[in-house]
Amino acid sequence: MDIGKDLVAATATPLVLAILAEGESYGYAIIKRVAELSGGELQWTDGMLYPVLHRLERDALVKASWGESEAGRRRKYYQLTKAGAQELAILKRQWQTVNKALRATPFNSI
Amino acid sequence: MLDEQISEWRSYVSRRRAIDSADVSELEDHLRSQVADLRASGLNDEEAFLIGVKRLGQLDGLSQEFAREHSERLWKRLVVADADKGGTDWRREVGVAIALALAAGAAVKLPQLFGLSMQDKAAESFYMRNLSFFVLPFLTAFFVWKRGADTATRIGLSAFFVVGALAMNFLPFTSPGDTLQLAALHLPMALWLTVGVAYAGGAWRNHDQRMNYVRFTGEWFIYYVLIALGGGVLMGTTMFIFQAIGLNPETFMQTWIIPCGAAGAVVIAGMLVEAKQSVIENMAPVLTYIFTPLFTILLLIFLGTSLFTASGIDMKRETLIGFDVLLVLVVGLLLYAISARDPQKPAGFFDVLQFALVVCALLVDAMALWAIVARISAFGFSPNKVAALGENIILVANLGWSAVLYWRFLTKSAGFSALERWQTSYLPVYAAWAWIVVVVFPLVFGFK
Repeated sequence: MDIGKDLVAATATPLVLAILAEGESYGYAIIKRVAELSGGELQWTDGMLYPVLHRLERDALVKASWGESEAGRRRKYYQLTKAGAQELAILKRQWQTVNKALRATPFNSI
Repeated sequence: MLDEQISEWRSYVSRRRAIDSADVSELEDHLRSQVADLRASGLNDEEAFLIGVKRLGQLDGLSQEFAREHSERLWKRLVVADADKGGTDWRREVGVAIALALAAGAAVKLPQLFGLSMQDKAAESFYMRNLSFFVLPFLTAFFVWKRGADTATRIGLSAFFVVGALAMNFLPFTSPGDTLQLAALHLPMALWLTVGVAYAGGAWRNHDQRMNYVRFTGEWFIYYVLIALGGGVLMGTTMFIFQAIGLNPETFMQTWIIPCGAAGAVVIAGMLVEAKQSVIENMAPVLTYIFTPLFTILLLIFLGTSLFTASGIDMKRETLIGFDVLLVLVVGLLLYAISARDPQKPAGFFDVLQFALVVCALLVDAMALWAIVARISAFGFSPNKVAALGENIILVANLGWSAVLYWRFLTKSAGFSALERWQTSYLPVYAAWAWIVVVVFPLVFGFK
């Protein structure tokens, strides 16, 4: 399924934060998880995830640290911060509101 | 095979300014993870690599996204950027530069301990003679330290400074007198080229090193002016706020902040130019591109006007010096245009313009020389006139041959590098002349 650019951009922040709420992770694993959660329907251009992660890092919603992969490569890990968890809660309420409004329209019965 | 491809990809991605090396590492980890997964599902290395790169996305779009997130990276940062990657080396370099700058600042105040105050009229001649020795040895020391110059170079450099100091302080100059003033004016030039030997780490015969020092000089000057402007703002603000509480820091400013700051800034500017050379585009050639057309137009109008009105140059004392300054500017414009030019590039419009500038300057100067010869034959030689004339001849010789070389280049009978080499070969001539004015002139003209 092709999802519009704007919607992808809008969903990126809550999805990334929610995945990090499951525990520390890194770029490639986050993308794999997104594909897995959406049953392969939600495909991002992989590289685009990183500017998003860096923005979240700058806003202090996630914390980054360099570690090592199983193969011994340098790998950047991301972790949800307290501010990130709070932001996620706010985003959750926003998405619920949108969801509720949409469900109340004929949108629901198409 | 795969490693090779990935390192190639890495260097390709690294060229994007918005993507820094940490980002590239992060993307590489992604790419390798992706490739490993694709390999596990049965693809070969090459297929896996191609798909992995494709999934990362178009580099243009990607670097645009990075630029949006990291817009500050498009503005190259000097000190901060180097502090990240330079580590202890960089910190040590900053430490040494600051120590030397403080030493230069202290050196300026040292004579005061012996009763030679800068405000004192009697000490004026002392400061005029020795100004260079308060600052340039420290800049030299910085480069000796940084380049790790060998003993022979160190001895040679010290010898230049010692000779300069002896000449300035032990020759029986009449004060105030023309020869003293000329020596005081030429000593900084002579010693600046000595600093160049330290800059080149002793390899002053190397033409690339000479050109690097020319570049350094231009950038150093620009940085020094910028620091001076900042210092002016700092002092203005300080004056204002202290006056608001009824104190007048003017004397303190004049006796401490300005002289010590001006001396220390010489070293700091030198260090900054060293640090930035690979980070930021040189500024002097940019100014050259702006001012070469303007100077060419100015000289053309001047030539046209003097032909039209048939008015020769009325040669007064200062006039020849004014024409020397003009020639220095034209040589400077030529030098910095050359310093930034790719010698492989074919001749273009700017080269024609540069050639026109050189020819115009020669014509204008021919008029000035005509006038000075008349004046000298009427009034005889004085140190000032000989110095001004000597400088004029040296600069004209440079520009004359430059014009020939430029013509050969424009008519494609020679390469551009001949012109570059001519300019770097000529640098010792300036040094020799400056030393002659410092050391030989007083002897010839009887210290008057």
